[in-house]
Amino acid sequence: MIEIKKLSKWYGKLQVLKDINLSVAEKEVVVIIGASGSGKSTLLRCINFLEKPQKGSITIDGTLIDPKGKNLHLIRQEVGMVFQHFNLFPHKTVMGNVIEGLTQVKKVPFEEAEKEGKLLLEKVGLLDKADSYPSVISGGQKQRVAIARALAMNPKIMLFDEPTSALDPELVGGVLEVMQELAKEGMTMVVVTHEMGFAKEVADRVIYMDEGVIIEEGTPEDIFDNPKQERTKEFLSQIL
Amino acid sequence: MIIHTTTFLSGFEFPWDMSLIPEYFPVFYKPALMTLQITTFGILMGLILGLFAALLRISKFKILSAPARAYIWAIRGTPLLLQLLFIYFGLVNVVDIPRIPAAIIALGIHNGAYIAEIFRGSILAVDRGQREAAYSLGMTPWLAMKRIILPQAFKRSVPPLGNQFIIALKDSSLASAASVPELLLQARQLGSSTFSYMEMLFIAGIYYLIMTTALTFMVGRLEKRLSISDHRV
Ligand SMILES: Nc1ncnc2c1ncn2[C@@H]1O[C@H](COP(=O)(O)OP(=O)(O)O)[C@@H](O)[C@H]1O
Ligand SMILES: [Mg+2]
Repeated sequence: MIEIKKLSKWYGKLQVLKDINLSVAEKEVVVIIGASGSGKSTLLRCINFLEKPQKGSITIDGTLIDPKGKNLHLIRQEVGMVFQHFNLFPHKTVMGNVIEGLTQVKKVPFEEAEKEGKLLLEKVGLLDKADSYPSVISGGQKQRVAIARALAMNPKIMLFDEPTSALDPELVGGVLEVMQELAKEGMTMVVVTHEMGFAKEVADRVIYMDEGVIIEEGTPEDIFDNPKQERTKEFLSQIL
Repeated sequence: MIIHTTTFLSGFEFPWDMSLIPEYFPVFYKPALMTLQITTFGILMGLILGLFAALLRISKFKILSAPARAYIWAIRGTPLLLQLLFIYFGLVNVVDIPRIPAAIIALGIHNGAYIAEIFRGSILAVDRGQREAAYSLGMTPWLAMKRIILPQAFKRSVPPLGNQFIIALKDSSLASAASVPELLLQARQLGSSTFSYMEMLFIAGIYYLIMTTALTFMVGRLEKRLSISDHRV
């Protein structure tokens, strides 16, 4: 589903991603862990071309993507993204946020989009908030709206960049539940998170990144219970 | 109605005839409408030019941003009076623009440069996560600008725009230099024909204050309404 080859990314002189190779199969859930500043977000953002890598190739669903191409917006319709800070549209209601992509990008008629929006809000348990503005709902609710907004485009892949790390602890569970549900339905997911419980239960594969390099990858058991690399062990001992 | 000249310091007579103020007040009504008219059209033109220039100015393509940059630089670096005379007198052997359109065009071009900077500032102030979220839904840059960035930027622009509108209203008095029959020209003409300059300027001042106060009030109301709309339940 995603095929990343020899990907390198620089910010000025700083090389943030170093020769990354990674492939994600259909319906696979990949969790990326690693210290802050190790390049996790950058890698995720390269997958939907919010950042343009200088080297390497990314193939999505069989199509090799040219990062300088004019049709990046078409690729992005296939790749949903959920951000750490939600990035909901504050001038639109919850329903308005969810159906924005449907009505404006996919040109679905309003009534039809709203029907779909209701289904999605029901799925994330927020149908009663449809007419609220983002400023009046909790962080956990915001993130669930953001997930519904991304799902509305019916993407083939969902990217999550630390979706729960801006949330109060008691609100984390609701968001993880929605993500777990999504994984069960067979969504292809790449998730940057430090929620080890989620990683153990939901991930097919865990990747540990440090300083722009994939240090180690394997099943959750491989990584959490029998890490082979010193750096992985050290990192895990710090966060567990 | 005649108010007898009062002495407020021994030997000094109150030098102005206040009775002229109510007498001539209605005469300024039409010139006030002219002031309002050239200001309104000037602002409308300035808004369109300003939005256009702001969008060009933030483009990453130099071919687009350079002309916008030059326009803003030239207009903000020269006096409005010069710009007005440039259009009204200076261009006369190329196009002969009548005085009222000339004043509107000058006000429009002048305010456009300032409004461009206002819009540019508020566009850049919108959190970059908003653009990223829009892109991640598959929006093109233009659609993201139209649907997500600009609505939020416009809202931020309201207070500085209100300020600019008030400046434009007052600056419209410069149109008197092109003989546009607006408030200040009326005051000066009546002042010289009645030999009562101060009284006529005073009346013009009252009209300006009424209009700027009303404008301030309306902008304040709009600001309040917009700030509530973010918190509707
Ligand atoms: N827009 C940017 N400009 C310059 N440096 C950046 C930018 N974004 C991220 N970086 C740098 O790239 C490195 C990796 O960042 P990031 O991918 O956000 O790491 P992580 O998500 O793992 O915390 C960090 O050193 C960060 O400072
Ligand atoms: Mg990050």
